[in-house]
Amino acid sequence: MIRSTLAIAAGKLARHATRLRGGGSALPGLVTERIDPGILAHTLADLPGGVVVVSGTNGKTTTTKMLVALLRAHGQRVFTNPTGSNFTRGVISAMLSEVPLSGRLDADWAVLELDEAHALHFAAAVAPTHALLLNVARDQLDRFAEIDQTAQLLTRLAEQTTTGVVLNVDDSFISRIHRSVGPDVSVGWFGVDPACADRLPELQEADVREVDGAAALPVTADASLLLVHDERSFTVTGSGADVGPVTLRQRGLAAMINATAATATARAVLGERFEPGVAATTLASVTPPFGRGEVIDVDGQPLELVLVKNPAGFTVALGTYGSEPVATMIAINDNYADGRDVSWLYDVSFESLREQGVALTSGVRGWDMALRLQYDEVPVERTETDLDAALEQFLHEHADGPKRIFCTYTAMMHLRRRLAARYGLARFGEDAQ
Amino acid sequence: MTAGTGGGGPSKGTVHIVHLYPREMSIYGDLGNTRALASRLRWHGYTPVVHQHHPGAPWPEHAHLLLGGGGQDSGQVRVQEDLFTHADRLRAYAADGMPMLMICGMYQLFGQAFLTVDGTRLPGLGILDVTTTGNATRMIGPVVLDTLAGEVVGYENHSGSTVLAAGQEPFGTVRHGQGNNGADRTEGARVHEVIGSYLHGPVLPANPALADHLLRVAATRATGGWEPGEIDDSVAEQAHARQVSRLLAG
Ligand SMILES: [Zn+2]
Repeated sequence: MIRSTLAIAAGKLARHATRLRGGGSALPGLVTERIDPGILAHTLADLPGGVVVVSGTNGKTTTTKMLVALLRAHGQRVFTNPTGSNFTRGVISAMLSEVPLSGRLDADWAVLELDEAHALHFAAAVAPTHALLLNVARDQLDRFAEIDQTAQLLTRLAEQTTTGVVLNVDDSFISRIHRSVGPDVSVGWFGVDPACADRLPELQEADVREVDGAAALPVTADASLLLVHDERSFTVTGSGADVGPVTLRQRGLAAMINATAATATARAVLGERFEPGVAATTLASVTPPFGRGEVIDVDGQPLELVLVKNPAGFTVALGTYGSEPVATMIAINDNYADGRDVSWLYDVSFESLREQGVALTSGVRGWDMALRLQYDEVPVERTETDLDAALEQFLHEHADGPKRIFCTYTAMMHLRRRLAARYGLARFGEDAQ
Repeated sequence: MTAGTGGGGPSKGTVHIVHLYPREMSIYGDLGNTRALASRLRWHGYTPVVHQHHPGAPWPEHAHLLLGGGGQDSGQVRVQEDLFTHADRLRAYAADGMPMLMICGMYQLFGQAFLTVDGTRLPGLGILDVTTTGNATRMIGPVVLDTLAGEVVGYENHSGSTVLAAGQEPFGTVRHGQGNNGADRTEGARVHEVIGSYLHGPVLPANPALADHLLRVAATRATGGWEPGEIDDSVAEQAHARQVSRLLAG
């Protein structure tokens, strides 16, 4: 315990130092972990509720945010890691701001968004009580070269979980994990209600789709299913009482399925204490996290930044926004954090942009993006690989109307920094309220 | 901005493209190769017909060009049996000069054998005289090659390390990247009109000269000749040239 105290003290010091320099979020965590590798176990293992891990390729951030809101609305004290720090050291760094030297967190639950590989690293230190496994899609192929491999990481995470797992019934890589959980571990399900199963292709790639989905679940299964009413509103059906109709503050089917997953997990965590009415009100009030449809006011006109990072995500984003008549720019970089391979652009259909066309393609791979659009017969007005020049032209030439930029991670960071300087935005990791 | 002249005038003929196992073996955008060939045929004034061949399905009646891509290990296992059902047909097509482009996993399956990490020998079709050995580390990254179709850019992502038998021509020489095995600067293999390669990207959209080479051979088989249309490839040329100069400079 003395070791933990020392480690926390050193981490706090490092945190203070990096703050002064405006540095990254992982270093203080690294310092703490070096001194006490067991720091996570010491701090999190004694929480009166438990530890909930959210993992999978797409939707972690939004879903985690919703789940935290749901638990807090039910009177639970929740510790969580801020957006973008879904690595073990990021979790430790986040902890440092809230934990006293004694190492006791003032919380009932920890709800942590973790990257697939790091979720396992984390579970080796602290066995989660609950795990929500969202989906497996092609993403960051440089790190997770194979979908099979990613699915295995999540299976091993489920094996470590002690109380309950919540699985996506429509993703065959995830749904088959139910065979691997321990005998005393409950299995909850989320997915798309069979009544609107025709919407599934908008959510995922063909190779992860199970033919039967929720329709194949036994009647006794504990399932929370998404029933879509229209583009904005939906109800989460199943397991006793329905939640909804709900209208989210974020658009699109992807946000609805995230809300369904968060609801399923809140049910698993809270059990009898779960109140459908409280859940519906809470979901309706959650604001979208950074990069997930953030809207910036640019001289009286909305500019929307949409982060795209893999085929499933881009497909969902186009399904949500594609056919709307707004000026569109697409910025594709191929740095490590973007994924260095741009092949995935050919696994996305851009037909919904055909009528409207694309004003500009930009980023290091701006020409590859233009080429991709050519094959889907989407007209492109111009290509400017320099992001600053492209942004300048885009804002200037479309000053009188709403605008949208689809961008990969580092392109978004770059553009957002420029826009922040001009229009005063919240910093990365903080919420734009 | 339409890239081709297409549209006008009567079709110069119908060319049948068979994509082998698009569900299991078309990871990392390999479907883009099929799309590129179909679009370019249209732009050249031909009529493309794309057949998607799935395991267990009857073989299409007409075939002038075959395409295959990479897949997950699980996908590879699912297609193997069907591939061997058609082994004799595929070997005969290859010997007869049918153009084929086999990427990554399908390239390996078109070789003599795949030796797994634990020493098991999985036989391939033997159309390309290459042998692949499973590796713990992957070869991943952008690639530039010199080939008979000029400079080719793409992206490799494979754990298998492939070695050419004596006398087996490579598809290209590596100028940037790893290639077949990271050691001998060869990439892929070619025999008759069959090309095996590790290049995703997908390889054809950004390398129109390679795409048109395959189409010329296929259209000649289908219609007795090749009358290319005029295609504006300026966007592809920009994408291609920028990758080449950036990778060779670095
Ligand atoms: Zn590959």
